[in-house]
Amino acid sequence: MTRSRSGGLLSGFFFLLSALWVAPVIVVLYNSFKSNDAIKESLFSLPTGESFVGADNYIKGMTFGGYPFYDSVFYSLVITILSVALILLCTSMAAWYISRVDSFLCRMVYYLCIFSMVVPFQMVMFTLANTADRLSLNTPYTIPVIYLGFGAGLAVFLFSGFVKSIPLDIEEAATIDGCSPLQTFFLVVVPIMKSTFISVGILQIMWVWNDYLLPYLVLDKTVYKTIPIHIQYLQGSYGQVDYGATMALIILCLLPIVTIYFLCQKHIIKGVLSGAVKG
Amino acid sequence: MKKIISIFLCILSLCLLFSGCGGKKGSDTGKVYYLNFKPEQDKAWKDLAAAYTEETGVEVKIVTAAEGKYEETLLAEIDKSSAPTLFQISGQISLESWKDYCLDLKDSAVYKELTSDDFAIKEGDSVYGIAYVYEGYGLIVNKKLLEKAGYKIEDINSFQKLREVAESITARKAELGFSAFTSAGLASSSSWRFSGHLANMPLFYEFEADKITSQPATIKGTYLDNYKALWDLYINNSTIDPKTLTSEQNDAAVEFKNGKAVFYQNGTWEYGNIASIGDENIGYLPIYTGIRDEKQGLCCGTENYWAVNKTASEADIKATLDFLNWVVTSEKGTTALAESMGFVSPFRSAKPVDNILCNIMNDYVAEGRYNVSWAFNFTPNVDSWRSNLVSALAAYSAGTGDWEAVRRAFVDGWAEQYKLSKQ
Amino acid sequence: MSKTKKYNSSAIRSGGQLKSIKRYGLLFLLPTAVAFFIGFVWPFLRGIYLSFFRFRTLRFTEYTGLSNYKTALGDQTFFRSLLFTTAFTVVSVLVINLAAFFIAFALTRGIRGSNGFRTIFFMPNLIGGIVLGYIWKIILDALIMEYLGSALALEANYGFWGLVILVSWQQIGYMMIIYIAGLQNIPGEYMEAAKIDGANSWQLLRHITIPSIMPSITICTFLSLTNGFKLFDQNLALTNGLPFRDTEMVALNIYKSFYESTTNMGVGQAKAVIFFLIVVVISLSQLYFTRRKEVQA
Repeated sequence: MTRSRSGGLLSGFFFLLSALWVAPVIVVLYNSFKSNDAIKESLFSLPTGESFVGADNYIKGMTFGGYPFYDSVFYSLVITILSVALILLCTSMAAWYISRVDSFLCRMVYYLCIFSMVVPFQMVMFTLANTADRLSLNTPYTIPVIYLGFGAGLAVFLFSGFVKSIPLDIEEAATIDGCSPLQTFFLVVVPIMKSTFISVGILQIMWVWNDYLLPYLVLDKTVYKTIPIHIQYLQGSYGQVDYGATMALIILCLLPIVTIYFLCQKHIIKGVLSGAVKG
Repeated sequence: MKKIISIFLCILSLCLLFSGCGGKKGSDTGKVYYLNFKPEQDKAWKDLAAAYTEETGVEVKIVTAAEGKYEETLLAEIDKSSAPTLFQISGQISLESWKDYCLDLKDSAVYKELTSDDFAIKEGDSVYGIAYVYEGYGLIVNKKLLEKAGYKIEDINSFQKLREVAESITARKAELGFSAFTSAGLASSSSWRFSGHLANMPLFYEFEADKITSQPATIKGTYLDNYKALWDLYINNSTIDPKTLTSEQNDAAVEFKNGKAVFYQNGTWEYGNIASIGDENIGYLPIYTGIRDEKQGLCCGTENYWAVNKTASEADIKATLDFLNWVVTSEKGTTALAESMGFVSPFRSAKPVDNILCNIMNDYVAEGRYNVSWAFNFTPNVDSWRSNLVSALAAYSAGTGDWEAVRRAFVDGWAEQYKLSKQ
Repeated sequence: MSKTKKYNSSAIRSGGQLKSIKRYGLLFLLPTAVAFFIGFVWPFLRGIYLSFFRFRTLRFTEYTGLSNYKTALGDQTFFRSLLFTTAFTVVSVLVINLAAFFIAFALTRGIRGSNGFRTIFFMPNLIGGIVLGYIWKIILDALIMEYLGSALALEANYGFWGLVILVSWQQIGYMMIIYIAGLQNIPGEYMEAAKIDGANSWQLLRHITIPSIMPSITICTFLSLTNGFKLFDQNLALTNGLPFRDTEMVALNIYKSFYESTTNMGVGQAKAVIFFLIVVVISLSQLYFTRRKEVQA
């Protein structure tokens, strides 16, 4: 009896705590439908007939700050998709090679990768921005090379951790059957590593999609903005801040994240966990 | 061993590749890249650039730095492979830090268009900066509201009088339905009005008294009490609670336009934003401080000088100089400067400006009032000095800090930033 | 079998496979290696090199030896940002881990709706630092104004606790997941055996649960430690160092010495090298602790 009652109490407590947990997002959500005056007056009051402005903030937000929001969404998408695809392809190949061939070069690359995970971004930000500009890696279509370089550490580490647990016999059998290394890798190794691909992919998507400073310094900001850069720009500059429009944009940028999260929660949590435990 | 050597060779060749890419990229048709300082004129510049491209086929890129971020943006952009070819320096102090990049403009056509050498930054015979706009700031007045409150603009001829009027309006605020001053917002979009323009008042009188004509390493803050009196007046007779000054939602221009306040400290460049109250209702007063009020005029000067990037390719430099010359001489260019940007510019073919604030500014000069020049151009590490001053002002206004902290940010902060800037 | 577990070249029994892989070596390794060189190795080396130079732009540099390091170490704002970062990191590590452990512990005891709670607590982790910072800035500013009559930009205290609240909101769910995984791995027999021996729930927690999840505790502590030390986006969005530069963390301080009121970027680069060394020390001690704990276990 006592046990279930305390269980009920705990459930109630957690229910309140979760309500508190989502409250910030809820507040931003309903404020995105209020007029600026009403937001200024009282942030926490719900929209009423008078303060409700419908989708006005969303419409305004689309072109607010002299830069179309859908452009930043587009560039964010391009950068994330290209970068993660490139990282998955290249680092899995590299990790397999490193784990299977034991040479001085391989060991050096491996240890450098581990080392790179430790280095804070501030250490390389200035020189990286300069290098990227010189090599024309400052567009959404070429910046994936930078992401591959800077994100290689964790990905190589996670992939090679998994490759080491694959028994060699399978690959040897494939070789005997006449597979070239390329065939062995793509037809035999990749299917085995599927779950690691998902984990690494999710970790990298979360990183690239939310990253602010790297694209801010590397991209040619005069032409390209990503979502985080766009939001920071609206806040930090160009006269007075339009809270309504900013909150509308915040909601627009949370929407896909939350949707994807609820759709593939299991994979996301697993991916995060594998990154954490190994890193 | 072989492997090690080959790795070294690989790294070496990559290094060479990188350093090799650092060189200039030659291009036959020059391009112009202007890093603009004034967010208010961003659109006007873009339109003008498009018109020039249409006429000549020369590509002109306009980028505007965010408020308070010019130096940061310029530092980042100037190192890029496609660096700005045209940027701006704000005076002698800023010339010192950008001299490596400033082309000598003494033979340029645009320099010859200047009406007076006062509008150029010179060192010996060399010309490094050319002012493109002459501005003045003070207290913009809504005369209609002032009359409603029972006063005439002519009555206000001293700090004493200004205070009297402001306090009387505040006392009847509920009945009148408006305040004396617009919000003295301390968020970055507005704080420069007080950490820069208002702070100029004590600086100007101190430099005048001490006969200072170049950047001093330290200042004394002789007239800080006058600064305090003005600041107190601003925040205690304003549309908003002094505790909310740091909020980014304050918008003084909108308050003024909507008739929420009588006085609005800003400059001639603001005309476009407030013109809707009607020229007949717009007045313009000097910022009286209680020091030599009777002959005081507006604060006129410039902190906007064009400089051409010396490190750009020859074609780009030529394109930039051609563009500048076109801007200050052609029909389209001079019209844009005067009308869409509202600039009083110091060039021979400059057009008259349809801006009541500029007209009043000229009237003050004609009356023989003395000009309060822009002493803040001497500020060392200007963004840092100002941002500390803003923090101190905000704390003082909210009651969480005292005036002593403002004095420290003002006086000690100057010495500190001066030292840092010489590091 | 034991031989195949050690993956040196002798493990590859059929020499044919090794040779053919090696022939394709360039194809497999080169893209990553080149990008890694461009994106990391070269900027890193060049960063160290440049910390010995005085420069504002890369076109004009001047060798000045160790003077940048002297300036950096003598810089009051840098020193204060180190103190602030340390204080913030200690507090946030404690708050995050205690809360995450408590929640994980409660959720693994079969509360109704556990899965739903888990989903909700984890969610903020997916939101990027800048957006997160602005959400909280809007909300905290309104709360502080309403109940304390002040603003985030006015008092360093508010900024400090605001940052703690923000990162707690962001990271508790993440750490919770790791703790839950740890707790679920404790073999049931342990608990049963201890219960039969008459242990009360405090003793169970103290002697069975906590020792068994020691690896999770180590991971979470060091993750929150390095996250706290490297924090940048949230700091920039929430306080941007205001008031004065009192709530500026190291990463933001370094950023500002590069791009704001700069007379010499070399100082910023020197600060970055110092910062890097501090982070390396923290990470090495992580390695040391993890190893020691694993030996004990």
